[in-house]
Amino acid sequence: MAQAATATLDTFPKLLRRNAEVRGSKTAFRHKDLGIWQSWTWAEVYGHVRAYAVGLQSLGLKRGDKIAIVGANRPKLYWSMMAAQMIGAVPVPVYSDAIADELAYVLDHAEVSFAAVQDQEQVDKLLSVTERVPRLKTMVYDWGRGLRDYDHTHLHPIEAVIAQGRSRLSEGSDVVKALDAEIDGGHGDDLSIILYTSGTTGRSKGVMLSAGRSIAAATDTVRFDNITDADEVLAYLPLAWVGDHYLNFAQGLVAGFCTACPESADTAQADLKEIGPTFYFAPPRVFENLLTRVMIRMEDASGLKKKMFHHYIAVAKQWGEKILNGQDVPLGARLSYGLGNLLVYAPLKNALGFSKIRTAYTAGEAIGPELFSFYRSLGMNLKQLYGQTEAFLYVTAQPDGQIRADTVGPASPNVDIRIEEGTGEVLYKSPGQFIGYYKDAEKTAETMTADGYVRTGDAGFFEAGTGHLKIIDRAKDVSKLRSGDLFAPKYIENRLKFYPNIKEVVAFGQGEDYVSVFINIDLTAVGNWAERNNVVYGSYQELAGHPDVYGIIAGHVDEVNRALAAEPMMAAAQIKRFLILHKELDADDGELTRTQKVRRGFVGERYAPLVKALYDGSAEADISTEVTFEDGRKGVISARVKVKDAAQFPAAEPAGKAA
Amino acid sequence: MLHVSPPLAKTGIAKGEVLLDVENVSLRFGGVKAISDVSFDIRKGEVRAIIGPNGAGKTSMLNCINGFYFPQEGHITYKGMKRTRVRPHEAASSGIARTFQNVALFKGMTTLDNIMTGRTLKMNVGLFWQLLRFGPAMREEIEHRRKVEDIVDFLEIQAIRKIPVGKLPYGLQKRVELGRALAMEPELLLLDEPMAGMNLEEKEDMCRFILDVNQTFGTTIALIEHDMGVVMDLSDRVVVLEYGRKIADGTPEVVKADQKVIDAYLGVAH
Repeated sequence: MAQAATATLDTFPKLLRRNAEVRGSKTAFRHKDLGIWQSWTWAEVYGHVRAYAVGLQSLGLKRGDKIAIVGANRPKLYWSMMAAQMIGAVPVPVYSDAIADELAYVLDHAEVSFAAVQDQEQVDKLLSVTERVPRLKTMVYDWGRGLRDYDHTHLHPIEAVIAQGRSRLSEGSDVVKALDAEIDGGHGDDLSIILYTSGTTGRSKGVMLSAGRSIAAATDTVRFDNITDADEVLAYLPLAWVGDHYLNFAQGLVAGFCTACPESADTAQADLKEIGPTFYFAPPRVFENLLTRVMIRMEDASGLKKKMFHHYIAVAKQWGEKILNGQDVPLGARLSYGLGNLLVYAPLKNALGFSKIRTAYTAGEAIGPELFSFYRSLGMNLKQLYGQTEAFLYVTAQPDGQIRADTVGPASPNVDIRIEEGTGEVLYKSPGQFIGYYKDAEKTAETMTADGYVRTGDAGFFEAGTGHLKIIDRAKDVSKLRSGDLFAPKYIENRLKFYPNIKEVVAFGQGEDYVSVFINIDLTAVGNWAERNNVVYGSYQELAGHPDVYGIIAGHVDEVNRALAAEPMMAAAQIKRFLILHKELDADDGELTRTQKVRRGFVGERYAPLVKALYDGSAEADISTEVTFEDGRKGVISARVKVKDAAQFPAAEPAGKAA
Repeated sequence: MLHVSPPLAKTGIAKGEVLLDVENVSLRFGGVKAISDVSFDIRKGEVRAIIGPNGAGKTSMLNCINGFYFPQEGHITYKGMKRTRVRPHEAASSGIARTFQNVALFKGMTTLDNIMTGRTLKMNVGLFWQLLRFGPAMREEIEHRRKVEDIVDFLEIQAIRKIPVGKLPYGLQKRVELGRALAMEPELLLLDEPMAGMNLEEKEDMCRFILDVNQTFGTTIALIEHDMGVVMDLSDRVVVLEYGRKIADGTPEVVKADQKVIDAYLGVAH
């Protein structure tokens, strides 16, 4: 590619055109349909998207209009974004599992006039909120089942829109010219997409990203990880999340690799195995679930297999990471590891769909050191990054060879990070940095410093010597106990969440005498334990309240306390009392964000009687809470929850007196 | 504002011509009268519900329709042909498919294979080619597999394609059973308590599938169901049986208001 041509690749449609020109016959998208992987080359995708763009134009979509994208990862929805961008419209992907109320808010706030949706379920959902979204005029859909008898005046199958556009393109060269002019008319400063944040704090905010900056950021990271058009990803993350838009859409267009779409959300795991992606991202909880599943299945394996598995996993634990990091390892260990690879690691990675992975990332939450090194010891290049929507993802990332479980790595290329004096808040300037929040100048101003840095809201510090960033907690969540000792709730929660039996933890303690926690058990792990130990239970609630389950969890809490006691700064923040919640925290009830992060304040208010019981010494407390089902109906769950005390350990003496 | 109206709610007006006509049917087992002198019809394209308290003769009625039982009196006219003794496989090849109250699948076979068995009657290639697994047999199998995949897609069971059905939860097994019945591309689909033992979410899914089958393929459906909400939402017309007798017949609204029905069924807790 000539240097001059590269310089003008400042919008995604231009990148798409470039890909069709330089690697037109390479596969751009795959989708499993009717049990068979269908594929489309870059040239085909470019053709479809052009026709689609013209079709949308004749339905009335124009430059600057907003088009909502609602559904799972399907090629036609990705093409909807590309087609909209081709004619200067702005896609607004929305979480497809959002309940009607959240959906209505975002659609109305974004002023969408068009919507591209997956199927009848999404059409119905949008129809149910039309009164609150007065600008929405037209809908196009991918999958027509059940929609045949709907009034089709303002509802069109995407297939038909593309066909219509194609026939218009074939009719006259002026249509072709006009479309080419639209592509050429795109500018790097144009608004490229609005991504709504999941709303850890209150209502979602629309993060506006420009085309030029998005591409600049993606170009940096593609180079950082040596991603090429030979790579392949499986797109299973929510379309509305920055991770999917960055890692799959933006990097895919920049590097020209192939994006495979699973058949359905339920088959993603099996599809992963069939595709064998080379680049992979998953939040820590996915890796955790996979490991839990592997361990559970190994429990049921034959004795010989079990022995072999545990022996070679121990070998991997000892040497695997060292080999991956290129350190000196004795020949015997290498041989043993090689044999283990043949017998255990390779088949295991194959079963998980990780055989071909060159680079895998995890982010979003702290990852347990054990968990992290488990995957690395198998020879999988798992790394951590730290980022946010406002940065268009990357703020920091671990380069190959500098991988650690407890840091998020040094600043990414061309990112400038600063720690604010006093609060410890992390501030950054990045190439992909957002333009501002849509229709919210006030929030934008709050988030930006006078000299153009963006506030992350996270507290952290740079590790001396290595330059790696460590994140402790949300800046506003770090607080003090009544005694004045430091209380970092996330730090304690994460410690507990590293146990497979524990799914979610909410820690309290700000301004109180001691720390106490709510615990959610993990139904898969604890359910399996119950099955193996003949513990009968009828519901989640019953299992959660089981005395033996309390016993197991108490053991975990004690271990965490022991570990906390060993850290001078954290010793005072040992967990004194805990309880196991009677229901799983759920995003539909507003207890978690859509990205599955706990909304601590909200949970504290909602379960106020339980929090009270944690601090007034009572042995149990009654609670009844309203729950929302997926279709929006409400019900009430009530329970009597037991509160237990945990063992406390003396704080470690200051260094020097250790035995 | 967007003006797209979802399809109209069921109007209760019966649709096409009579597809199946039951005339004065009586069925006895020894001295026990399971069905006495029941008449009703099923019209093309409708969803027809058969309801009634336990032991009212609902399942016996379905068994008469698809040839498991032969009624001693009366006759059943299907597609204009009057028949007295029709056998299950004859009923099947004339386009009647059914599901059972207790799931009747091949537990050790996968979802795909189970649904494929529904295609048996449509397979034409002889044993010779099938043993060779070559030429026409291969072409035919691919064609059948495509049909099966359409059903898998339709019922959203891609994730369990290759799992033996014995390992599946009950609600999914019911769905696979519906899939097998659909694989026959039936004209008349008999569903015996398709939603029994399901939780609310599974019931809602199943309702949607039944309506979709009815609308997309135009399949006529006769179903037995206990959940009144389901019956009232799904069906165009309802026939009510009690102790083997018909006590009411009509649209859900009419039946719901019928005093005899209220006494016999709706008013009694069960």
